[in-house]
Amino acid sequence: MTMLEVDQFSVRYHSVVALNKISLRVEPGHVTTVIGPNGAGKTSLVNAIMGLHDYSGTLRFPFAPDATRTTEARVKARITLVPESRDLFGQMSVVDNLRLGAYIDRYQPRNEREGRLKEVFRLFPRLRERQSQLAYTLSGGERQMLALGRALLLRPYLLMLDEPSLGLAPLIVAEIFRIIQTLKDDGVSILLIEQNARAALKVADYAYVLENGTVTLEGKASDVANNPRVLDSYLGLGHKG
Amino acid sequence: MSFAIAVLLLQDGITNGAIYVLLAVALVLVFTVTRIVFIPQGDLVAFTGLTLTAFETGTVPGTVWILAAAAAIALAMDLMPLILRGRLDLAVRPLIEMGLIPGIIIALSLFAVPREASLLWKMAATLAVITALAPLMHRIVFQPLVSASPLILLIAAVAVHFGLTSLGLHFFGPEGVRTPGFTGPSISIFGFQFTQQSLGVIACSVLLSAGLYAFFSRALTGKALLAAAFNRRGAELIGVSAVGAGRRVALIAGLVGAISGLLIGPTTTLYYDSGFILGLKGLVGGIIGGLAGYPFAVAGALLVGVVEAFASFWASAYRDVIVFTLIIPVLFWRSMVAPHHEEETE
Ligand SMILES: Nc1ncnc2c1ncn2[C@@H]1O[C@H](COP(=O)(O)OP(=O)(O)OP(=O)(O)O)[C@@H](O)[C@H]1O
Ligand SMILES: [Mg+2]
Repeated sequence: MTMLEVDQFSVRYHSVVALNKISLRVEPGHVTTVIGPNGAGKTSLVNAIMGLHDYSGTLRFPFAPDATRTTEARVKARITLVPESRDLFGQMSVVDNLRLGAYIDRYQPRNEREGRLKEVFRLFPRLRERQSQLAYTLSGGERQMLALGRALLLRPYLLMLDEPSLGLAPLIVAEIFRIIQTLKDDGVSILLIEQNARAALKVADYAYVLENGTVTLEGKASDVANNPRVLDSYLGLGHKG
Repeated sequence: MSFAIAVLLLQDGITNGAIYVLLAVALVLVFTVTRIVFIPQGDLVAFTGLTLTAFETGTVPGTVWILAAAAAIALAMDLMPLILRGRLDLAVRPLIEMGLIPGIIIALSLFAVPREASLLWKMAATLAVITALAPLMHRIVFQPLVSASPLILLIAAVAVHFGLTSLGLHFFGPEGVRTPGFTGPSISIFGFQFTQQSLGVIACSVLLSAGLYAFFSRALTGKALLAAAFNRRGAELIGVSAVGAGRRVALIAGLVGAISGLLIGPTTTLYYDSGFILGLKGLVGGIIGGLAGYPFAVAGALLVGVVEAFASFWASAYRDVIVFTLIIPVLFWRSMVAPHHEEETE
C-alpha cells in the first residue's frame, strides 16, 4: 500500500507561500527524493507532513489512516523525520538520546530495544565511543549521526530525512548514503530531501524537483538524472557533489 | 540554649523541612519540564487540609465544586475546536480525561464519603480531588501559553494563585483547620524521642523524593518528560507531546501537593491562604538548589526548615523574615560561583 500521498498540498507562513498545491507520493520500499534550491519549500514540506506545521490540502498515510491526527499519532504509526535542525536533547547523553528514540515501545521487552541500540552502534561505531557524552558537545557530523540513529531506534516504516548530508565531509556523506541504501534494502520507505542531487538520484527510485514552492519536474530517478535541465542546474560542473 | 533544646529544634526543623522538600521537589519538577514557577503548588497543600476537614465534618468540600467547574471549562476548551473542525473522532480522550475521571471523583466525593467513613477513605478522596485539580489547571491556564516566556508563565501562575485563594476564602471561610494524623507513643531512636507523626512525615518525604529522583534519572518515561523540556520538537518526533508532558508533570505535582497537605495538616494550622507562604518556602529551598539540581533542592529545603525552627525559638515573630532573608546571601553566593548558562538551542 502507498505509504504517503499528498495532493493540492500548500503551506504558508503568514503571507509567504512556501508550498503551492503540490502532489507527491511515496511508494512502499522506495526511496523517493525531493531536490531543489534553497528556499524551495523542501523543509516546509516534510515538517508539515510530520504535523509540525499547518497545511491545507490532502495528506494521507494509506497504510496508517489515523496517523494524520497528531505528530504523536504519526510516530506511533512509525512515521518519523530527521529534521534539518536535528533537534537533539542537548543536555542528555548520547545513549539516552538514542534510547528515547524507542520511547513509544517502552512497554516492550527491554532486550528488544537494547538490540536496536546495538544495531545503531554497529552502524555508527563513533556513537558507541561517545555514548555517555552530552549530545550538545558532539561535532556537527556526530550530531547528524545521532539524529539519524535516534530515528532508527523507532524502527520506522516511513522515514523522512531532511538533508542528512548537510555540512558533512565527503567520506561521511558516502557513509550516510550507504546507510540509506541498507535501510531501503530492509524495506524502509524513505522520503529524502537533498541538496546533493547526484548522490540522492543515485540511491532514489523516484524523484521530484521542487522549485519556488511547486513541483517543476518528476519521474523515475534515472530519467530525472538525465534531464538536460537537471543536468545543467543540479548536476552541472561547479555544483557540489 | 541547651543541647537538648537544640536537638528538639533540629528535629522540628527537619520534620518541617521534609514538607518543604516535597514542595521544592514538585516546584523543580514542574519548572524543569515547563518553565513554570508553579506558585499554586502551596495552595494545593493548603486546600488538602481544608478538603479533608470538610470531609471530617460531613460537608461537601468547596474543592469539589472547583473541580467540577475546572473540568467543565477544560472540557469545553478541548471540545470546542474539535466540534468546529468536525473531528469528533478525537473527542474520546478529552471526554475520558476531563469528563469521566473528574466526574467519578466528584460523584464519589458527593455520595460516597459520609461523615462516619474511615479516615483513610477520606484521605483517599481528598488525594483524588486535589490531584485531579492540577492537570486541569494546566489545561486551562498553561496549555494555551505553551510557547510563552517564563515571565508570562510566572504572571499566569501568580494569577492562578490569587484566583485559588479567593475561591478558597469563598468556599472554606477564614477559619484555620488542623487535620488528624498518625498517633501513638513516640519512638526512641539513638536515644532521641521522635513522634510517629514526624517519623511518618520524614519517611514519606524520603520515599517520595527518592522515588521521583529515580523516575527522572532512570525510567524512560521520566527521561521523556525531561526531553520535552530540552527540545520540544525533538520530543514530538519521538512521540512525546509538550502538552502531554506538561499535563503529566502537573499530575505528579498535584499528587505530591496532596500528600504534602496530608502530612503537614496535623502539625500546622492551615488557612485558605496558607499556600503562598508554604509555596514560597519550598521555592526558597528550590532556588538554593538553583531550581535545577534535585539533591541541592532537597538540601536547600531542609535548610529552610531548620533555619525556621531555630528562628522561631529565638525570634518567633520574625521567623518568616529570617527564612526569606536567607535567600539573599545564597543567591549572591550562587551568582558568584555559578557559570552563566546560555540558553541551550539544541
Ligand atoms: N517560520 C517561517 N516564517 C516565515 N517564512 C518561512 C518560515 N520558514 C520558512 N519560511 C520561508 O518559506 C520558504 C521555504 O522555506 P524552506 O525552509 O521550506 O526551504 P528549503 O527548501 O528547505 O530550503 P533549504 O534548502 O535552504 O533548507 C522560504 O522562502 C523561507 O524563507
Ligand atoms: Mg530546508
